[in-house]
Amino acid sequence: MPAIAREKLAQLKRDTTEARLAEMTLPDGAGWAAEARAAARARVRDLGLPHPRDEYWKFTRPDTLVQPEAPRAALFEAGEPHLFHDRDRLHLVFRDGVLDESASDAQALEGIEIERLGSALATDIHWTRDLYGVLEEAGQSPVPRPLAALNTAYATDGLVIRVTGTPAKPVCLTYLHADEFSDGMLHHVIRVEPDAEMTLLETGPGAARINQVMEVDVADRGRLHHVRAQGRDHERRAVTGTFARLGSESTFKSFTMTVNGVMTRNECVVTLTGDDAVAHLAGVCVGDGTDFHQDDTVFVTHDAANCESRQVFKKVLRNGATGVFQGKILVKDGAQKTDGYQISQSLLLDDDSQFQAKPELEIYADDVACSHGSTSGAIDETALFYLRSRGVPEAEATDLLVLAFLAEALQEIEDDDIAEEMVNRLSGWLERRAA
Amino acid sequence: MAAMDNLDVDVKEGVDQDTVDAVKSLGKYKYGWETDIEMEFAPKGLSEDIVRLISERNGEPEWMTEWRLEAFRRWQTMEEPDWAMLEIDPIDYQEQYYYAKPASMTEKPKSLDDVDPKLLATYEKLGIPLSEQKVLAGVEEASPAEARDGERKVAVDAVFDSVSVGTTFQKELEQAGVIFCSISEAIENHPELVKKYLGSVIPNSDNIFATLNAAVFSDGSFVYVPPGVRCPMELSTYFRINAENTGQFERTLIIADKGSYVSYLEGCTAPQRNESQLHAACVELIALEDAEIKYSTVQNWFPGDEDGRGGIYNFVTKRADCRGARSKVSWTQVETGSAITWKYPSCILRGDDSQGEFYSIAITNNWQQADTGTKMVHLGKNTKSRIVSKGISAGNAQNTYRGLVSMHPKAKDSRNFTQCDSLLIGDTCGAHTVPYIEVKNNSSRVEHEATTSKIDEDQMFYARSRGMDEEEAVALIVNGFAKDVLQALPMEFAMEAQQLVAISLEGSVG
Repeated sequence: MPAIAREKLAQLKRDTTEARLAEMTLPDGAGWAAEARAAARARVRDLGLPHPRDEYWKFTRPDTLVQPEAPRAALFEAGEPHLFHDRDRLHLVFRDGVLDESASDAQALEGIEIERLGSALATDIHWTRDLYGVLEEAGQSPVPRPLAALNTAYATDGLVIRVTGTPAKPVCLTYLHADEFSDGMLHHVIRVEPDAEMTLLETGPGAARINQVMEVDVADRGRLHHVRAQGRDHERRAVTGTFARLGSESTFKSFTMTVNGVMTRNECVVTLTGDDAVAHLAGVCVGDGTDFHQDDTVFVTHDAANCESRQVFKKVLRNGATGVFQGKILVKDGAQKTDGYQISQSLLLDDDSQFQAKPELEIYADDVACSHGSTSGAIDETALFYLRSRGVPEAEATDLLVLAFLAEALQEIEDDDIAEEMVNRLSGWLERRAA
Repeated sequence: MAAMDNLDVDVKEGVDQDTVDAVKSLGKYKYGWETDIEMEFAPKGLSEDIVRLISERNGEPEWMTEWRLEAFRRWQTMEEPDWAMLEIDPIDYQEQYYYAKPASMTEKPKSLDDVDPKLLATYEKLGIPLSEQKVLAGVEEASPAEARDGERKVAVDAVFDSVSVGTTFQKELEQAGVIFCSISEAIENHPELVKKYLGSVIPNSDNIFATLNAAVFSDGSFVYVPPGVRCPMELSTYFRINAENTGQFERTLIIADKGSYVSYLEGCTAPQRNESQLHAACVELIALEDAEIKYSTVQNWFPGDEDGRGGIYNFVTKRADCRGARSKVSWTQVETGSAITWKYPSCILRGDDSQGEFYSIAITNNWQQADTGTKMVHLGKNTKSRIVSKGISAGNAQNTYRGLVSMHPKAKDSRNFTQCDSLLIGDTCGAHTVPYIEVKNNSSRVEHEATTSKIDEDQMFYARSRGMDEEEAVALIVNGFAKDVLQALPMEFAMEAQQLVAISLEGSVG
């Protein structure tokens, strides 16, 4: 790029960033929290908000996530209860990015301490201090994630959860979308203490536009299971950033299902810092229509020996939908005996849909086994023919093959019950759309 | 296994010092000598005057000079790309010579017999025979394409610094209708072809190194294969950088007309020096309907010494345009040399049913850095591409595969298969894979696979237990690892490449 164009672009980025920041004020908080927020705002200024010319946004246009106002998103009546509704759980409800205490259970469960972000950030001495914005900042290198820094600076709500034991039931967060122009900014901090274990469920669209960050610190031998369903709202927009740090022998499993929404960008940054840690990241995306755009951007860093990481991402796209996968395994010098695996696959159900992928490996240790695969193609005509010849109608046969295609990712969900619930919901959606 | 520079401190039990010393003395660059010859240089640095001077020395017509000047003006506004995983010391473009020619070449020799014996000896020493008699002597009775002992004939265009020294077998090729000459001769004798095709695959605005090349390229090879002709022998170019502080900027243009076939080999070496030298070449291939071009490279520029001093900066733009239906281009490269390699031989699959192939072995040792790969741009229907890339990294080297597979909406029923494997030898090197995949229709299939591993200990143990030393065992395993690509090489190169694989890795185990 010529120097002049580069300077022009930098200026453009500065202008867009300032335009966004001008409308916002840093929330109050304890001294340390105010500092963390101010530092995050400085990071945003320094990095500049994403621009379509940024390499990391090559496949996804960031405009609607960056602009000051959230674009309108019509409310969507799903006509069915949110996922996980009949499960024994600690249920907390957010409406357009704000905790609705009246609709939520009391924040008490044996084995965990749970608190609203605002109250944690107003407390002078709080464990959150060591994590809030800290993991997000660590995740800014080598690739900047300015929307996450923006979130740290201005997040209006969220939860801080300290897991000290093994709670008897999962924590379930339901995100409701009630206002056509709502612009949510949620920030959760989760600390799993040594040997503790928790399951976190998330479901729902959240807001017309939501920017959500989750900082996760899993201590030695701790385990966190995370299952998320990004709702069926057609016009919602979401950008999420998960920043996880894993201690030795710890486990972090995160699964995301995305259905509809005009813009979803899920960034997941995981660093394995203790030996023998395990990270499994998986995602299923079902997209329909030319305005559907979903992007999984994953960055796994192996910084300890003998760790295992898996990335399994599957996308089914139809009627002009677009799916994006950017995944990276970075094996640092010294992270010997690493086992890294990454697969991204898309099934294009028609000619207008597209898939763009950039599966990367960056490896500085020699005693490792890392592999990645990426495929894209249409539905297997022979399999379809076989099913039809057995009397299965075409639509049903297609759904069957779609579910079979998605199965590898769904199997990454640790809890079979939850996995089954998701499969049922998925097949219900597929059926109804076909009808 | 320890990297070479650790050999002194990190000797494994049971390995005696003699072996270590022997290993250490190996791994030296075989082609690091220089030819002591009187050279004529253009003044140092780069300016419009230098561009004009190069054009004038080549006796070029006005349109060519203008073409160069336009590129030069554009080049001044451009910046070097920073996306590759390379650490490049700043290049001072004004501290280089852009034109260096043996003084004996001032009068263009009429035939190889008139060429300075010192130059001929240089190529002889490099193992590139320029004397036709030697080969011809045994050929008279044989079929045109085959010499005695089953040795096939290879026509060579030898480029020494900025100029082409000579091209062999031109007469015989002429009989077949094939034009094979230096690009400066082509500009003089076949301006219509050059005008039509030069810059049509790599536009002058493509990237800073290609633009620089357009402005200052001094020579290179030109091939035109007329319709329906199967080129009767392999064509090749041998590039030799000799002069100090001199960049080499050659330009190769190959046109395979309808239904023709040509196989082209390229080799390169340079003397061992402490300063890095710039090599920025452009290769344009055009395959019309049903034509096939096979382009093979063994790149063995001086890679720098064990401490990373010197070596060639190899910034090359190579691109093929499969313009006609059912055309095919196959790139095969063995990249063992250069301090820094920045090179992405690509195929634009424009014609329906056209095919592109890319087979690559990239070996980096010591402090070498390579960022190489390919682009397969599928535009036509039912186009196919295949990418097999093997990266081997040892010492403190960094080796990156970077590639693009793009299926345009109109490229229905197209197919791509990509396999990128990396092998790491030692724990101080790096191997990276950066593929871009863009699929915009659903009747096409794209498959990408990549693995990274180290040399299997069981395989090592097996080879060692059969009496091989560690070096031999590694060379054997690596050759096996790279087999898919080695097999794609023309016979002339296959043996050389296998040996090169072994030599490049010498000193990487201890």
